[in-house]
Amino acid sequence: MAGPAIFLIALFVIVPFIFAIGLSFTNQRLVSPNPAQFVGVDNYQQLLGVATLTLDPVRDAAGALVRDEAGAATYPALRGYTRKNPDYPGLDGMREWFSFTLGEARTFVLAKDVVFMTAILNTVVFVLIVAPAQGGLALLLALLINQKLRGINLFRAIYFMPVVVSIVVVSLLWRFIYDGNSGLLNNLLAFLSFGTFRPVDWLGTKETALGAIIVMSIWQAVGFHMVIWLSGLQTISPTLYEASAIEGASKWQTFRYVTWPGLRNTAVLILIVITMQAFGLFSQIDVMTRGGPLDSTQTIVFQAVQRGYGKQDISGGSTISVILFAIVLSISLIQRWLTREKR
Amino acid sequence: MANVALTGLKKSYGPVDVIKGVDIAIEDGEFVVFVGPSGCGKSTLLRMIAGLEDISGGTLSIGGRVVNDVPPKDRRIAMVFQSYAIFPHMTVRENVAFGLTIAKMPKKEKEAKVAEAARILQMEHLLDRRPSQLSGGQRQRVAIGRAIVREPAVFLFDEPLSNLDAALRVDMRMELAKLHQDLKATMIYVTHDQVEAMTLADKIVVLNAGVVQQVGTPLELYHSPANLFVAGFIGSPKMNLLPVTVEGVTSSSVTVGSPDLGVAMLPFRPGAVVVGDQVTLGVRPHMLGLGAGTRLPGAVQLVERLGNETIAMLRLKSGQEITAALGGDQPIRVGDRIDPGFAPTAAALFDTAGIALTRA
Repeated sequence: MAGPAIFLIALFVIVPFIFAIGLSFTNQRLVSPNPAQFVGVDNYQQLLGVATLTLDPVRDAAGALVRDEAGAATYPALRGYTRKNPDYPGLDGMREWFSFTLGEARTFVLAKDVVFMTAILNTVVFVLIVAPAQGGLALLLALLINQKLRGINLFRAIYFMPVVVSIVVVSLLWRFIYDGNSGLLNNLLAFLSFGTFRPVDWLGTKETALGAIIVMSIWQAVGFHMVIWLSGLQTISPTLYEASAIEGASKWQTFRYVTWPGLRNTAVLILIVITMQAFGLFSQIDVMTRGGPLDSTQTIVFQAVQRGYGKQDISGGSTISVILFAIVLSISLIQRWLTREKR
Repeated sequence: MANVALTGLKKSYGPVDVIKGVDIAIEDGEFVVFVGPSGCGKSTLLRMIAGLEDISGGTLSIGGRVVNDVPPKDRRIAMVFQSYAIFPHMTVRENVAFGLTIAKMPKKEKEAKVAEAARILQMEHLLDRRPSQLSGGQRQRVAIGRAIVREPAVFLFDEPLSNLDAALRVDMRMELAKLHQDLKATMIYVTHDQVEAMTLADKIVVLNAGVVQQVGTPLELYHSPANLFVAGFIGSPKMNLLPVTVEGVTSSSVTVGSPDLGVAMLPFRPGAVVVGDQVTLGVRPHMLGLGAGTRLPGAVQLVERLGNETIAMLRLKSGQEITAALGGDQPIRVGDRIDPGFAPTAAALFDTAGIALTRA
């Protein structure tokens, strides 16, 4: 009886999963006349290779610092170390990710793949902001609409509406809202500030692009999590609220002692679901910014798709997928461990 | 400690009246039981006293203070729910201390009170457990403990024993009676179980369809039910109710007749009853005996032997079935014809409207 189901799950879930892991150890390309070769962990090294290099500032013959026009110390060119330098074989092919100065010496953090590092960083920032903000906002909405009021279903429907609309459509619409010239947001801000606000190209500016996508993403899925919170709220027995009312609990105390403990399992679920979804950030990026401007909205999944299909480097894309899997798995396990029921 | 007075208390949900004007006076330290069939409004009434339901009309006062619009926490009440309503994520100790934690009582004082409540309820050994590790009876004990530490003027119990199994219910019932003796607090108790009502109450309030049917001590209700509803509701097995015709009245007696009964003169004041009225004769199964008295002959249909008594179901001449609870182990069998009798002074007589006549 379970045969067809097992077959389909195997075909569409288990086989691709194993395939991805397998491909990540080869140099397979999507369309290539050459047979794939086993390359070991080369792909992983290419993506995750990170090293540091500490350089002393350049000094002239007298030992004084050589300064540029702005008066800052200058350092030897990194190229000298990362391009076929036999003394530094480990740094070959790396590029500067970022650097910091301790005393006079400057430490350069180098990465084999700076774009991928940026993608990981952006994704982590996205998750760290979206998970608490979206979860918290959804809980707030759920508490608001968990009342017996006339027309409360209308509010439930309104908050849930963005969830029903495809994320691609939502992203397209928000591109108009964020438009740099006559976007809704710019017009609104200009109106509220009596015209003193200077229009910003929200998606075209390095500093605001990721923030804009974060705000839109929170708005889009908050209704979904609101519904999950709501179902959690409705499993709490009304007599517990009555008991706490008789005991004299204030609104906040009722939330703290009755509602929140009753939502424990829901909270764990929501946290894990939001985290997973946030790590999978792709559609918004693909529609709104395509990773730009200046890689400020690169994400892990977007990189996986770009490499696997855009650049036909399916083994590179697979490797990114496997890395993402490892990240999400370990975060889920940590979350479960942190939120376990203490006995 | 406080008395509770309900005066013309009403509750309606939109156009539907659930409580239709209830007047009850509850003395300080009294154990009052509200009893009635499901949906009679007894729980609603209790929840109105607790402050969990608004009052649509009339006044409610606790300790001489009108509390219609006072929030539950300021009514000096504590409530024990049928579903226990103890917090699943807290230990027993935290549950019992909940109200004190809310009131930000100093830790030492709080612990002393919890220890005292635990001692009264004999659950010191349970204090560090969680509700999931407790049996139903223990959970209800925790809920009662939470009520005790509040030192309320009035305890409210909403069918507290209904979720327990039969044996435990009897134990807890006795413990509640003991608790009332120890604390001497006013207690209001809602149940649909008349045994609980009879055993616990100083005063029983019988409710039906949002109207008080009778208020009285358990034995008053048993021996002198005010109307047919109370007569049928209190007592197990149920009172036998026989249709009879009035054949004669004097100032202190009513003579009734029916094919089953023949003619019997009963010592009741006739009131408005006149010759020819169709009235109802009530005879409790336990009032019937195989000795002398007014006879009700019939054929035995069913025999239940309980050892201390024998319950026989009889079919009378008219085809009506009655129950007789005969003392001891009686050698009767299905098909036997017996004629148990009752003392006319022990019977009850209800007029055409179902209201009891007073005994002469």
